[in-house]
Amino acid sequence: MSTKTHLELTGVDIDFPTPSGPFKALSNVNLKIKRGEFVSLIGHSGCGKSTVLNIVAGLYQATKGGVLLDGKEVNEPGPERAVVFQNHSLLPWLSAYENVELAVKQVFKNSKTKAEMKEWIEHNLHLVHMDHAMHKRPDEISGGMKQRVGIARALAMEPTVMLMDEPFGALDALTRAHLQDSLMEIQADLNNTVIMITHDVDEAVLLSDRIVMMTNGPAATVGEILDVKLERPRHRLELADDPEYNHYRAAVLSFLYEKQRKPDEAAGQPEKNEKKAKSNNPAQKVLNTKQQDAEQRGEEAA
Amino acid sequence: MSSMALKLLKPLGFPDKLNLASLIKALVVPMSGILIFLFIWNIGARNIHTSLGEFPGPAQVYEQSKNLLNEHNRERQKEADFYQRQDDRNAKKLAKNPDAEIKIRSYTGKATFIDQIGTSLVTVLAGFFAASLIAIPAGIVIGLNKTLYSAFNPVIQLFKPVSPLAWLPLVTMVVSAVYVSDDPMFAKSFVTSLITVSLCCLWPTLLNTAVGVSTISSDLNNVSKVLRLSWLTHVIKIVIPSAIPMIFTGLRLSLGIAWMVLIAAEMLAQNPGLGKFVWDEFQNGSSNSLGRIMVAVIVIGLIGFMLDRIMLMLQKKVSWDKSQELR
Ligand SMILES: Nc1ncnc2c1ncn2[C@@H]1O[C@H](COP(=O)(O)OP(=O)(O)O)[C@@H](O)[C@H]1O
Ligand SMILES: [Mg+2]
Repeated sequence: MSTKTHLELTGVDIDFPTPSGPFKALSNVNLKIKRGEFVSLIGHSGCGKSTVLNIVAGLYQATKGGVLLDGKEVNEPGPERAVVFQNHSLLPWLSAYENVELAVKQVFKNSKTKAEMKEWIEHNLHLVHMDHAMHKRPDEISGGMKQRVGIARALAMEPTVMLMDEPFGALDALTRAHLQDSLMEIQADLNNTVIMITHDVDEAVLLSDRIVMMTNGPAATVGEILDVKLERPRHRLELADDPEYNHYRAAVLSFLYEKQRKPDEAAGQPEKNEKKAKSNNPAQKVLNTKQQDAEQRGEEAA
Repeated sequence: MSSMALKLLKPLGFPDKLNLASLIKALVVPMSGILIFLFIWNIGARNIHTSLGEFPGPAQVYEQSKNLLNEHNRERQKEADFYQRQDDRNAKKLAKNPDAEIKIRSYTGKATFIDQIGTSLVTVLAGFFAASLIAIPAGIVIGLNKTLYSAFNPVIQLFKPVSPLAWLPLVTMVVSAVYVSDDPMFAKSFVTSLITVSLCCLWPTLLNTAVGVSTISSDLNNVSKVLRLSWLTHVIKIVIPSAIPMIFTGLRLSLGIAWMVLIAAEMLAQNPGLGKFVWDEFQNGSSNSLGRIMVAVIVIGLIGFMLDRIMLMLQKKVSWDKSQELR
């Protein structure tokens, strides 16, 4: 990990046009990311995390300020900033292999031979443990497998930055844990720069080098940044009892549920969202009940 | 062993257990529907008296269908005989004088019921094909561009409900004026029918394609943007596959309309085909006419049904959306 700034967001504002005038979703977002760093974005639902990611991806244009990647301004989407979308976004009429192939053909059309491309596609599917089902179509594989293929597709673009929008949000806890482990392995190998949005505190602490906590919208911005100095490789079981790990967890939880507590939550609004599958992380077993309460509320708010 | 066989049959649409209930559902119920219909038809027919005699019941219609088939076979025999005679004549001539000029004429018999079916099928498929060739690309372009969509939507909505009978005089006049050649590749009547059919069946395909294209999920569009696909690759790899189910819904509707329109156009314009057959029989006014028309009605229905089934088969084959139930 070099210390030079690799990706830089400076004074980013965005106004969305709405029928009742412009809506300021982000205001003065500043963030510097080093090469090879794994950064999580965490914040309450609707605060503007996806918007930040989409601006870095080039899918949205900042109204004010901008994004520099290796000194060059970002103003359109491109494969060097690969995106893993929340709901996989695989083309349903193509097999896993063909989905990755579409990306590989586009990115390496002038630099790889057919045989090299085939090898590269299979290599990336292997990285995410999808060798056995690579000729199946999205409707024939599970949600976790689809997300794996989405990650393989992004990895296969050999991106400078990987952007992941709640990549495991729709998965059950066990599958999520598997994918987190896979992602850590891959990350140890390839040392990609990653920005990942999550609403899962454990996931953020386990995976990240830094956790960027966003304030509530409208006009959301970066609230606090937490450096996670846990040694790698990290193992979820060992970390469960690690005081340092629990200290980081508590820091994020306190930001989300004390400092950025949502007004409707404070008022004790009745639960309206369906309960999501509770995290199966063993770390949760050592939580005191207060934290568990807080987390549960958080999951329902997300 | 037998459970094994059942497992093999399952993908073909056979029910899990070939029990009595499913057998009744699959065969007996539709059959009894048909029988009830025939019964009511039979009773009804006997009580309707027209100037051409009693309305034809199932028995008369069956009789007439046999007659029509026989007429066709006789006509074919006549044709074969004609060519045989001509060949013999020419052979004799050449035997006498190898340099003799020989004439080869083609047979000009009257078109039989079967011939008319053939003509109608060729015309409807040609018209449908021409319409699809225009409607699918146009639908893609309109669907991809909101401005174009808003611009053309009123025009499409205006022409969509127009009956073929309204188009026909205009098309006939325009074809007569524009399609002039000494040795035309296609008969004028064929061109007129084709254009009328195309004009009427264009719209469902056009609209469904446009809607299918414009409702592509924004996620897939984003994938395309991140990959920086060129416009053409985007259309070929993302837009068309994603709109295929809608395009086929449109095509099926279009083919159904094409078939209905064609029969009406043929009747009105006296263009060869099943429509003309019906009209000729009506003008003919013999005691058999109604029966023969009824045969035509049933054949028209059967062909329409068949065309729809063929489209459905194609649709199931190309549709990637297996969750969508097609019927
Ligand atoms: N394209 C858009 N047009 C208008 N408003 C938008 C658009 N995208 C996002 N927003 C608004 O911006 C805010 C942040 O949205 P988003 O970034 O999706 O939140 P998050 O990902 O943190 O849940 C929300 O209030 C949302 O309604
Ligand atoms: Mg979001």
